[in-house]
Amino acid sequence: MKKFILVRVVNILITLLIIATLTFFLMKTLPGSPFDEEKLADLTEEARMEFLARYGLDEPVHVQYFKYMANLAKGDLGLSYYYKEQPVSSIILERIGPSALIGFQAVVLGLSIGIILGMIAAFRHNTVWDYFTMIIAVLGVSIPNFVLAAFLQFYVGLKMGILPVAYWESYDHSILPTIALTVGVIAQIARFMRNEMLEVLQQDYIMTAQAKGLGDWVVMIRHAIRNALIPIVTILGPIVVSLMTGSLVIESIFSIPGIGSLFVDSIKMNDYTTIMGLTLFYSAFFILAILIVDILYGIIDPRIRVHGKG
Amino acid sequence: MKEQTKQLEEQHEIFPDEMFEIVGRKEDESEKINKPVLSNWQDGWLRLKQNKAAIVSLFVIFIIVFLSFVGPYFNEYSYDQTDYDNVYSEPSKEHWLGTDKFGRDQWTRLWEGTRISLYIAVLAAVLDIMIGITYGAISAWKGGRVDNIMQRIIEVLVGIPNLIIIILLIMWMSPGIMTIMLAMVITGWVNMARLVRGQVFKLKTQEYVLASRALGASTSRIILGHMLPNTFGIIIINLMFTIPSAIFTEAFLSFIGLGLQEPLASLGVLINDGYHAMRNQFYLLAYPAIVIVALMVSFNLLADGLRDAFDPRMRK
Repeated sequence: MKKFILVRVVNILITLLIIATLTFFLMKTLPGSPFDEEKLADLTEEARMEFLARYGLDEPVHVQYFKYMANLAKGDLGLSYYYKEQPVSSIILERIGPSALIGFQAVVLGLSIGIILGMIAAFRHNTVWDYFTMIIAVLGVSIPNFVLAAFLQFYVGLKMGILPVAYWESYDHSILPTIALTVGVIAQIARFMRNEMLEVLQQDYIMTAQAKGLGDWVVMIRHAIRNALIPIVTILGPIVVSLMTGSLVIESIFSIPGIGSLFVDSIKMNDYTTIMGLTLFYSAFFILAILIVDILYGIIDPRIRVHGKG
Repeated sequence: MKEQTKQLEEQHEIFPDEMFEIVGRKEDESEKINKPVLSNWQDGWLRLKQNKAAIVSLFVIFIIVFLSFVGPYFNEYSYDQTDYDNVYSEPSKEHWLGTDKFGRDQWTRLWEGTRISLYIAVLAAVLDIMIGITYGAISAWKGGRVDNIMQRIIEVLVGIPNLIIIILLIMWMSPGIMTIMLAMVITGWVNMARLVRGQVFKLKTQEYVLASRALGASTSRIILGHMLPNTFGIIIINLMFTIPSAIFTEAFLSFIGLGLQEPLASLGVLINDGYHAMRNQFYLLAYPAIVIVALMVSFNLLADGLRDAFDPRMRK
């Protein structure tokens, strides 16, 4: 197990290094500049050099690259071009709260509702309950989250006026964005859970339990659910990814000061350092999430204990 | 022993020999196949036909595709024809779905946009699959060290969040139909490569491959002629799942401002425009939203149906 984690961590570091290098050179070769070219040209040569030097842009590209990498190792992501020269890392820290709250709520809600729906659907296979769940699941997977968000904003926020349309002032402001993010998760989990349950319910040990004369619910709770829950762990990785990408557009729609909207804004503003910082942040987060999922899987399912060979 | 003989004698009395008749063995008849021979495809189609949701979806997709080609010619407007006297006009006889902020006809733009979205999605999915098949087949066929290296590369690629790479690439290449498609392909083929690799690995050890090789067939003939047809089921199912996710990605990119540039339309561009006008002109958001949801639902249901019909693991 230890060796497995070690190999994975080395892999992760290599992946992150590749991503950092790629983004760095992509950003360097991008057309356009975050600064106002005309104003820069108006400056005297000396003032211009000083201005560029503040961002480390006066040196040749390879020197900039190694400096960036060295700073990166220290957790320094450089200065933002757009947000009044603030360090990117502190901007990210400042804005991570709302994103984390919405993401956390979406995962918890999505998991619990999805698992319950999926269980009911499997247990009441081919009944109205089942069809109802499957319709929700197909719709939830198919409706793009930004379309759902726009409709929620229009009907619940504007027409009915129950919940705030946008911005981030009180807890109420997190409700609509959470719903917009959760529906997709519920759908994915419900569908997956239903299929797993149906498979588990066909196993011999379920028949044994029934043959012993155990009631339906006891069989369900004591024997079926636990085994059906294990594979859920495997789709947590993809779900984290879909939440991450979802947050980009949901946060922009609801004007939430989180890192998703920061990413979208920095793309629009050509704020290269922030884009790079966030790219690395997202990648690291994503890779870590998958690592944790893999380790969890090994712990939960005794059949898949990993033996260091990786 | 004695008891058994006694029993047999008793039985013989109840069922005397006269009650039986020698039928004999008619070999040609017992070997006869009564039902018509079905190929894998006919078999799958029969099963797909029983899936109502999938058939309805197929029908909806046909209608949408048909309208996306023909729809723009139903009236005299073109998708980029502006009319500043008729800005934001409600749906009417002249403009069936109203007009947008530049007075462009929304009906025409809706179907133009649908066609472009479908074009991007289908092309991206097909390219994904072609690259994926090549990569996966080579990796599995060569095996050993080549396979090892190719799989390590895939592992690194899987570790990178797709959408972020797509966004960076589009910023780098400047948005356009080809750019969006390429960016999606660069990250999208990995999944297909993994599927095909698994399948080819499984088929590689089958007897008919050995037989074909013993008869002197070349590697490419074995892969193209014998293995691919047996992976087609998986490939088509994957294609059907890739198309809706590509439609989504394109719309997503357009929505965050990295999509097609004016005056071109795609479903994402239209939804983005509609979103900004939704407070007063909700119809500008509603119709493209309906089309994209209809497309996504149909492709997902059809893909589910195809998987149930063609994937042997799904058969009950």
